[in-house]
Amino acid sequence: MAATELLGLGFEFVEIFAFIVLATVGLAVIFGMMGIINLAHGEFILVGAYATTFAVAAGVPLALAIALGVLATTAFGLVLERFIIRRLYGRLLDSMVVTWGISIVVIQLVRIVFGNSAPGIGIPFGEVSAVDAPTYYFVLAVIAVSVLAGLYALFMWTDFGVRARATMQDEATARSMGVDTERMYTATFGIGSALAGLTGALYAPVLTVTPEYGSTFLVEAFVTVVVGGSSVLVGTILASGFLGSVNAAVTNVAGTFMGQVAMLVAAIVAIRLMPDGITGLLEDVRQKWGESE
Amino acid sequence: MTDRSLSRRDVLAGGAAGALTSIGGCVQNGGLLGIQSGADAPTVAILEDRSRDFALTGTAKYRTTKLAIEEINRDGGILGREVDVFAPDPQSDNMRYQDLTRHAIYKEDVDALWAGYSSATREAIRPLINDHEQLYFYTTQYEGGVCDKTVFPLGATARQQLGAVVPYLIEEYGDRIYTIAADYNFGQLSGDWVKLIADEHDAEVVGEEYIPLGETQFGSTINNIQASDADFVMSMLVGQNHSSFYEQRAASGLEIPIGSSTTMAQGYEHLRLDPPALSDMYVGVNYMEELPTDRNADFVERYYERWDDAEYLNQEAQNNYFSVYMYKEAVERAGTFDQDAVIAELESGIEIEAPEGDIRLDPKTHHMVHNMRVGHADENHELTFDEEQQIEPSFLQDVGCDLPNDPERTQYEPQDVYGGI
Repeated sequence: MAATELLGLGFEFVEIFAFIVLATVGLAVIFGMMGIINLAHGEFILVGAYATTFAVAAGVPLALAIALGVLATTAFGLVLERFIIRRLYGRLLDSMVVTWGISIVVIQLVRIVFGNSAPGIGIPFGEVSAVDAPTYYFVLAVIAVSVLAGLYALFMWTDFGVRARATMQDEATARSMGVDTERMYTATFGIGSALAGLTGALYAPVLTVTPEYGSTFLVEAFVTVVVGGSSVLVGTILASGFLGSVNAAVTNVAGTFMGQVAMLVAAIVAIRLMPDGITGLLEDVRQKWGESE
Repeated sequence: MTDRSLSRRDVLAGGAAGALTSIGGCVQNGGLLGIQSGADAPTVAILEDRSRDFALTGTAKYRTTKLAIEEINRDGGILGREVDVFAPDPQSDNMRYQDLTRHAIYKEDVDALWAGYSSATREAIRPLINDHEQLYFYTTQYEGGVCDKTVFPLGATARQQLGAVVPYLIEEYGDRIYTIAADYNFGQLSGDWVKLIADEHDAEVVGEEYIPLGETQFGSTINNIQASDADFVMSMLVGQNHSSFYEQRAASGLEIPIGSSTTMAQGYEHLRLDPPALSDMYVGVNYMEELPTDRNADFVERYYERWDDAEYLNQEAQNNYFSVYMYKEAVERAGTFDQDAVIAELESGIEIEAPEGDIRLDPKTHHMVHNMRVGHADENHELTFDEEQQIEPSFLQDVGCDLPNDPERTQYEPQDVYGGI
């Protein structure tokens, strides 16, 4: 009995962890690295979901349709960056208002063009009978971890990563060192868009796709980014792990509603104790250690 | 006549009807009516959502109301006069609903009002309706209990829908029920009804979960249902986030049958979701587009002819449609658009040949005695229906709601009548 309960709890954690990570990464890249508060994050996810859904409806295999969803969202993000977002770097509040507007426009445009609902896809791969759960959730978790690993490799180990981080930290110096900072901004925004598109595409079979689809992800994404703090990767991983555990444990005991409440309460407490998020605290600790040595 | 929408038909119809109504009017209203018909054209307001949260279900309601008015105008209008429509999009926003309702009542001076999808919307505008004693048709299936002199809640109530489907499932599958419902007024009250109806049939609710509207992850709910050893699940989940439950259920291999008052007939999940997400789903309904009758086939055909990009003709849309015709009948019997007179006619007992079948209004409660059926979706989402049965709006009858004699404005809850549940 205890074993099955433990399995259930483990599964719940996997399900919620994957959801939080995937909801957050695209936002974390765009907000954490570029200082753009992207209130249209949900609609980037929406674009990915719609492209995937309609590709599947047109007979494209799911894996390829997901790739198409990512491509479509990347293109969408790049166009927006080129014509609108580019003017908003360093203007935190302005970026909020503008992206909020974009979000409203996109939702209504999608409704006008595609109608009030999209055809369903169905969750692939059957079930894991030990926990009565879709196999697909474990696939999502594996992808979530791979995405984080891939991002880490990209930003820490490649030439591009160094240039991108230099641009975000000190644009003027980076430019004087010969970095094409405009291009770095565009590329980073493209990566953030692609990640959002991937999330939308991956969740298109799990969640019902309608014009309001993006809003499903927004709360988790923003809460996680704020709790995580300024460091994109470490913050996302730690905050997702923390919030996911709280949510899963309480959901398991007291149901989905209390799970959500507990997660948000945990977030409030975390922000009260760590105003700069988990990574801000880590940074403080590291500095204090440096001083004491 | 004003110059507003004066057409050849107006002149012809107006002339003929003016002659008739002035005779009828002389008898009924002291001869004033012949003069009244020269005033502004009769106007009805259709406030139904075509954007944002409720667009999926509201659009069809708008369209069938429009269709009914167009058909009526084509056939010579009501009392020989073409009916004008005031129909801005309230955009699923209750503040906007209040503004538009005020506008409809005070600026447009509408003769009848069709408005709103959710109970929250209805309750947001009901004070305005009451202030002005506005004739108001609310057509969504809802939790029930509104006993209000000028309000006609014509959708099936939770009592009627659950009263059709819960006993059916107890009979078919057994007496252990697990309830999952949206965590707000509608869901909570529907959960109470399940308990009550279960009680009446010696069944037992072995588990209950009320789920916030934003929730999309149902892993733990599915686990709890598995663990409860229930014979069937009653689901009053609501909205797009909740419909993810059905896909996740299918992928989890949860094979318990599910009964519902909210799926398929409103948001056409059986067409939107990929089979077998809704396999073994039973829903208590007064109408679905797929009802296999000739009268319905004709209605559905006219609907899609008029709106060729329409997605589905839902239960509420049918309610709008028949209620416009019911309104027409009442106005013609009253011989005037005067709202008190029309309400008196509606209360004198009225029957209508609706697409769902021949049904009648219960004068005391202002609710319909609906033809209820249990619709069943199989693993390919093919629908079948069991025998129809007429179900009275018995809750308000038990309360003692008697609007013709006691013009109150209350919403009752099951606890008020049946005690602690």
